Amino acid sequence: MATFLAFAESRGGELRKVALEAVTAARKAADASGGGEVHALLIGAPGVGARAADLGRYGADLVVVVEPAALERYSPEVYAATAAERIKSGGYRAAFFPASAEGRDLAPRVAAKLGAGLASDVTSFEVSGEAIVATHPGYTGKIIVTLRLTGSPALVSLRPGAITPAESARSARVESGAPAMDPASARVVVTELTTGGAAKVDLGEAPVIVSGGRGLRAAENFKLVEDLAAAIGNAAVGATRAVTDDGWRPATDQIGQTGRLVSPDLYIAVGISGAIQHLAGMRTARTIVAINKDKDAPIFKVADYGIVGDLFEIVPKLTEEIKRVRAAR
Amino acid sequence: MKIAVCIKRVPDMEMRFSIAADKRSLDQGGLKFEMGDFDGYALEVALQLVEKQGPGEVVVLTLGPDSAQEILRKGLAMGAARAIQLKADQVPFDGLAVARALAAELKDGGYDLILFGRMATDTASGTVGPMTAELLGLPCVTSISHLEIADRKGTARRDLEGAAETVTFPLPAVLTIDEGIARPRLASLKGIMAAKKKPLETKPAQLGEARLQIESLALPPDRPPGRIIGEGADAVPELVRLLHDEAKVL
Repeated sequence: MATFLAFAESRGGELRKVALEAVTAARKAADASGGGEVHALLIGAPGVGARAADLGRYGADLVVVVEPAALERYSPEVYAATAAERIKSGGYRAAFFPASAEGRDLAPRVAAKLGAGLASDVTSFEVSGEAIVATHPGYTGKIIVTLRLTGSPALVSLRPGAITPAESARSARVESGAPAMDPASARVVVTELTTGGAAKVDLGEAPVIVSGGRGLRAAENFKLVEDLAAAIGNAAVGATRAVTDDGWRPATDQIGQTGRLVSPDLYIAVGISGAIQHLAGMRTARTIVAINKDKDAPIFKVADYGIVGDLFEIVPKLTEEIKRVRAAR
Repeated sequence: MKIAVCIKRVPDMEMRFSIAADKRSLDQGGLKFEMGDFDGYALEVALQLVEKQGPGEVVVLTLGPDSAQEILRKGLAMGAARAIQLKADQVPFDGLAVARALAAELKDGGYDLILFGRMATDTASGTVGPMTAELLGLPCVTSISHLEIADRKGTARRDLEGAAETVTFPLPAVLTIDEGIARPRLASLKGIMAAKKKPLETKPAQLGEARLQIESLALPPDRPPGRIIGEGADAVPELVRLLHDEAKVL
């Protein structure tokens, strides 16, 4: 029976949500091909192994923990060598990675080491006999490419947010593994990791994103967007390219063709006209709300719900209304 | 310093796309093509490195049909010294097949740096750069937003989700370049004239076996027709009700 691997991404000793997505995907693949085992590969800072049980909750039967003392931060060479060796020795039918910043760096290296096919940034997939058929938004999201991935092992990287983590409780066995190369011999070294502050919800993981465009007129008016995000809770703040180019928000907040590609449950576009470049990054959101003064703005074509009018009146009202409804419930 | 920049000819993404009758390719009629967005940044980084830390040479390399020569000429017009086309009727979707062909060409080139854009805007996969690095056994840093090179060592910044990494690496190395690092220059008239006389070499591409094939292309499903629920702040209570009761996202 075919066995599948999920790469469980962690940062600072904690699992990232994409780790649960990868395990969920591997579980789905295993169940679709006869109910084989799912193994999770958890490489990370010492202590990360304590999170192994969480992976079992989402469907892993075995968690291989690699947490050498010298591996405080991501090391592309050590991770790639370790993942490739595990995939080879484990005889996996397929391995799932997140198409996060780390996964996009890692998965191609592993594929090249194994001579394996890699379908990247996949939003859905099916196991189809000897092949995996996967969809991937290409051409800035304007074309859905359906790909046929053959050979074994096959590698798939999953767009963050595209797979909803689903519990499939197992009490995972835990196995301790060793890195396939000495971390001290790595040529590429991550010397520093600076995080954007503990309170900030990451765009890739946030179920709700409130995003602002030029319609906000000035950097300080992003306070309206931040207040709305705070009222919703568990929401991240994004921006259009025009806004990050102008320096109103950091470049890392940019959502669009050349920035982050996101698929939150709810995307609220505030003062955003909806240029192709921006739509490419958010059109796969489950529900889209647009608030814009121009009723002909392209954003209204993709928005499930739109309000036409002055965002400086509408957004504070929306913030108040959400607070009121929350308080009443 | 000798730098290779791998670039790709891609359709202008502002165009309206339609699917060809074979369902596996784009209808080419009316399409305009250009150098990939991120490739332009990579080329600019290479040109600036040689200008500031010369002497050196920037070589632009692409894989594709003869029509791809137009972006090589553009690269030459921007300031690359010479160009190489690895000729193939089509560019495979499989990144590893492309990487094998590039690696075969690059391996004995004596390059100090091999640069790529972070991803091609058409396939949007970002795999060819790191795959080529693995095949060549070279250090690789992807998606770089800031870069310094000194004494045959590099320091790069990578922007992650809500975080940034500082990464060090030795030369030679393979790097993939993110947007914003250095705005690509426009080719001058003089550069365009000079480009016509610069060497452009064509060789057959040694494509590897492809394990990833396009099964079909489709236009994304239209989102269910949206609706404008009202004007101004008065529409807010209805919006909150819909988000709560209908979309169930609040």
